[in-house]
Amino acid sequence: MKWSAKLEEKVFIGLLWASAILAILVLFSIVGHILINGIAGLSWEFITAEPSRMGKEGGILSIIIGTLYLTVASLIVATPIGVGSAIFLTEYAKKGRVVRVIRFATESLAAVPSIIFGLFGFVLFVITLGMGWSIISGALTIAFMILPTIIRAAEESIKMVPDSYREGSLALGASKWYTIRKVVLPSALPGIATGIILGIGRSIGETAAVILTAGSSLGLPTSVFDPTRTLSVHLYILASEGISMEKAYATATVLIILIISINFVANWLMAKLVGRVA
Amino acid sequence: MLVTNKMETQDLELYYGTFCALHSVSLPILTNQVTALIGPSGCGKSTFLRTLNRMNDLVEGTTIKGKVFLDGEEIYSPDVDCVNLRKRIGMVFQKPNPFPMSIYDNVSYGPRAHGLKDRQKLNQIVEKSLKEAALFNEVKDRLNSSALQLSGGQQQRLVMARLLAVEPEVLLMDEPASALDPISTSKLEDLILDLKKQYTIIIVTHNMQQAARISDYTSFFLNGEMVEYGITKELFTQPQDKRTEDYVTGRFG
Repeated sequence: MKWSAKLEEKVFIGLLWASAILAILVLFSIVGHILINGIAGLSWEFITAEPSRMGKEGGILSIIIGTLYLTVASLIVATPIGVGSAIFLTEYAKKGRVVRVIRFATESLAAVPSIIFGLFGFVLFVITLGMGWSIISGALTIAFMILPTIIRAAEESIKMVPDSYREGSLALGASKWYTIRKVVLPSALPGIATGIILGIGRSIGETAAVILTAGSSLGLPTSVFDPTRTLSVHLYILASEGISMEKAYATATVLIILIISINFVANWLMAKLVGRVA
Repeated sequence: MLVTNKMETQDLELYYGTFCALHSVSLPILTNQVTALIGPSGCGKSTFLRTLNRMNDLVEGTTIKGKVFLDGEEIYSPDVDCVNLRKRIGMVFQKPNPFPMSIYDNVSYGPRAHGLKDRQKLNQIVEKSLKEAALFNEVKDRLNSSALQLSGGQQQRLVMARLLAVEPEVLLMDEPASALDPISTSKLEDLILDLKKQYTIIIVTHNMQQAARISDYTSFFLNGEMVEYGITKELFTQPQDKRTEDYVTGRFG
């Protein structure tokens, strides 16, 4: 009896290990495949030069800048709205139908495929509001896409702040808003930062919605009304239109390195914030 | 109504939804005296305490009937500013709840919340409050360190200092020593006796010896009803109500 139970356990542990190893192998092979093919194309020139001949030659400077520009712009829009909504839902809204409807709406928003966001952004911002293909059209669209992520993370984080802090503050004669500003939000900061970083992750890799709203112009953007091309869009075009597989891999490598760096910075920032709060 | 009553309740009733947690409590709170509220778990003494600074307003579904007076004025009338009320009536909770900030920021939190920005004045207030709470000497060299690093007893005294910094008139204490070790408890009790000279104090306690040690007046609660009220010594040695007698002699509780 006992012997077969032990055997069963060993088999299961083996399977679990196998799944984990498989997951890691898949990750490593994808990243490895990109890096192996792309490292050769990386150089200081590649990162600092402008693209020429439709990207067949030259570098990706304007594209890197465009990517950063678009990501930052979408965060500037999404963060206040996201955090504000989270504060409203957790601290001010009376539990009931209103909250449930809003929550249902934000959860549904998270499930909408990004191409549909792209279409929506195209019709509303690019055409109807006349903003054309531009960073601002792209940023607004992406902001709506990452909003549920930020709201969810901020909400969970705010809910985790102990009520004893709120009570202590109110018992001192502080107003509710002061309590939120000075005690609740600072405590919730690590979680909110996580949400923002998850949002960055989602927006940096976004391709379809970006093409439809920010366009695919290769020029260096100088204002939010200029169109731009992001790293993921660029590598898609280079590969699918057969312009240069070599440069496509190089671009993908830059993108992956960027994402990994963001994750490292995120973890470092989180550790620092949690260290300060705890 | 006597002039020496800092606070008073008249036929105070509290309902959580339809459940009646307090039945018609009429209790005087004398100025510069320590009034203890005793009774078994769930008898309503903490609930009663929280009606005095309107902390029950924060719990959804509570209704209040009857009156509560501070210096002769009703605190539940619609035009009362709760923020200001809680400045005058402060509260210390069972588990010390310092904010996750420095000691200095904790103590200066209250005055800052009320708009005080002058750095010098804040420094003075922080020092004064920490001294009043008998904590200054222990922390004077590390005011910028995190409050969460203090021991339980120190944290509770920090919470007191934080409270005293807003210069309240009444101190409400909900079992402030129940999470502390005996030495810290003793220090806290000495502090209370010292503060009595300047403040009016109401303390909820499970510990009858504590009530006997530090309070001037005691009130016994049972099942949401205020059963008996009187001078501490008399209530413990010659209780009028049989239920009080049963409780203080340890027959239940």
